[in-house]
Amino acid sequence: MNCRSEVLEVSVEGRQVEEAMLAVLHTVLLHRSTGKFHYKKEGTYSIGTVGTQDVDCDFIDFTYVRVSSEELDRALRKVVGEFKDALRNSGGDGLGQISLEFYQKKKSRWPFSDECIPWEVWTVKVHVVALATEQERQICREKVGEKLCEKIINIVEVMNRHEYLPKMPTQSEVDNVFDTGLKDVQPYLYKISFQITDALGTSVTTTMRRLIKDTLAL
Amino acid sequence: METDLNSQDRKDLDKFIKFFALKTVQVIVQARLGEKICTRSSSSPTGSDWFNLAIKDIPEVTHEAKKALAGQLPAVGRSMCVEISLKTSEGDSMELEIWCLEMNEKCDKEIKVSYTVYNRLSLLLKSLLAITRVTPAYRLSRKQGHEYVILYRIYFGEVQLNGLGEGFQTVRVGTVGTPVGTITLSCAYRINLAFMSTRQFERTPPIMGIIIDHFVDRPYPSSSPMHPCNYRTAGEDAGVTYPSVEDSQEVCTTSFSTSPPSQLMVPGKEGGVPLAPTQPTHGAQADQERLATHTPSDGIHCAVTPSSSEDAETVSNSSEGRASPHDVLETIFVRKVGAFVNKPINQVNPPESPETASPLHGSLHSNGSSGGSSGNAHDDFVMIDFKPAFSKDDILPMDLGTFYREFQNPPQLSSLSIDIGAQSMAEDLDSLPERLAVHEKNVREFDAFVETLQ
Repeated sequence: MNCRSEVLEVSVEGRQVEEAMLAVLHTVLLHRSTGKFHYKKEGTYSIGTVGTQDVDCDFIDFTYVRVSSEELDRALRKVVGEFKDALRNSGGDGLGQISLEFYQKKKSRWPFSDECIPWEVWTVKVHVVALATEQERQICREKVGEKLCEKIINIVEVMNRHEYLPKMPTQSEVDNVFDTGLKDVQPYLYKISFQITDALGTSVTTTMRRLIKDTLAL
Repeated sequence: METDLNSQDRKDLDKFIKFFALKTVQVIVQARLGEKICTRSSSSPTGSDWFNLAIKDIPEVTHEAKKALAGQLPAVGRSMCVEISLKTSEGDSMELEIWCLEMNEKCDKEIKVSYTVYNRLSLLLKSLLAITRVTPAYRLSRKQGHEYVILYRIYFGEVQLNGLGEGFQTVRVGTVGTPVGTITLSCAYRINLAFMSTRQFERTPPIMGIIIDHFVDRPYPSSSPMHPCNYRTAGEDAGVTYPSVEDSQEVCTTSFSTSPPSQLMVPGKEGGVPLAPTQPTHGAQADQERLATHTPSDGIHCAVTPSSSEDAETVSNSSEGRASPHDVLETIFVRKVGAFVNKPINQVNPPESPETASPLHGSLHSNGSSGGSSGNAHDDFVMIDFKPAFSKDDILPMDLGTFYREFQNPPQLSSLSIDIGAQSMAEDLDSLPERLAVHEKNVREFDAFVETLQ
């Protein structure tokens, strides 16, 4: 099975990183979450109801819709906060990326652990810019808002291609497909990871410098 | 085409399409109410939450939608359209968006109605929720108030895009294939809203003919009236009660059947048959409507709620509304340059052109002044006293030139030079206790003074 991969790129100011990431991740998860499954006898199940709510951004002229689940929101905010801190502390060019991966678990026999097979990965590449004046910041608010609108349209376009989705599982298999740990909604199994991109030039320079220093020290 | 579909599937499909159309209208209109929408998730399904999404039903909106549909369903050549327009307090109106729910002839015979079509319609509704927040009209609708209101109109039939002006854009929300055709949901929206929002919809001459087109009469009679995107309280409509959406026959399917994965791979087999729906909860109408604003019965009004005209939403922020912060920024700049910059006196000297034929001739640099002449550029000029016309100022004995010179090249603040600054800081700190003692002694005087002010 091939894993579907989508990449989005955004340029934002430092204080906009969190909201921009949350907007994108929540929009994806809105489409990849269902209500809680309730399995009944005779192999049938019913699905709970997913509520939604609007979220206004403070630093971007933008509003996004997220699933009404405080647990899910907390989980996303935690990882996005870590990403933002990592970006800030990196001291590099302000480049990083955050990945939201949907996967299925495949049970393996003992002693091997379960396999995680990704079926869709969303990657958001972030470039943090520094702005000097209030006027630039105001323009950035609006520009980033417009860019996020485009990203949401891109996401929706991909979602509505109706490409591969895991089959609806039986009760015994549901934990291999969905995250059943939340109390009000049920997203597909997902994991979020991020990395801070160092500029290639920097790492090469550091290595060369070290080599030369070592050589001279001899 | 229809022989492949058994009667139960056909009935289910028709029901799904009907309720999908009704929910689509609800999502669109609610997104233009001007408020944030929030609904709760529920782990236990109820009979009233179609497509497993908590979308409230505003009875008035459902009523209008049903009226427009008149018992029909979207089909080829018969689209359901929701028109969103803006009306100013002066009565001018402009179409902003047309949302179209269409059906084309492309059928997907293999698709399972009760399962796949239903879930895909649910996904499409989620996409609609997301997309309704990103078109330009959303931000306009959030700021509606006494200057303008947002209206909606539902019609069924042929899509009419003429009112959107030239160069409108289209965004496709999504499609769902069914055995009887492919459902498509899209939005065509006017793009030149940016100028409109900046200008606050004043009656100023239109810019480059952008809005000329919408002030003309509609070429076609609009059969259905416009409605404001807000709604009355239950009390207002005592005489008119709109039937709730869910009666016992129209409960949504909430049960699905699981099959082991191997069975689902067999084509053509029914993967899941919905059981009899769970016990319908009558009157499981989602929450009652909330009061948005008070509307008179003729619908159009200038709402009482003041619109918070804060930041304009576009790049071209150079309009009146933004004048003051802009000015403040500029003045700060000017002061900065003047007050804290340590410029040697010689450098700052724009050689004003002294050669004017008027009686004001003479440079701005009067003789005898030290702060001004850089020397080089002015060797050819004769220095004379600058006597501005009509100036007869006994109060301020200095002449204009001296004034200009002195205030153009202010000396650096002494507290800013590091040495002096540090010393004076230390001295200040040392003298603080003494000064405090003095002030404490005079407390009564100060209090008396303050009382005289009150």
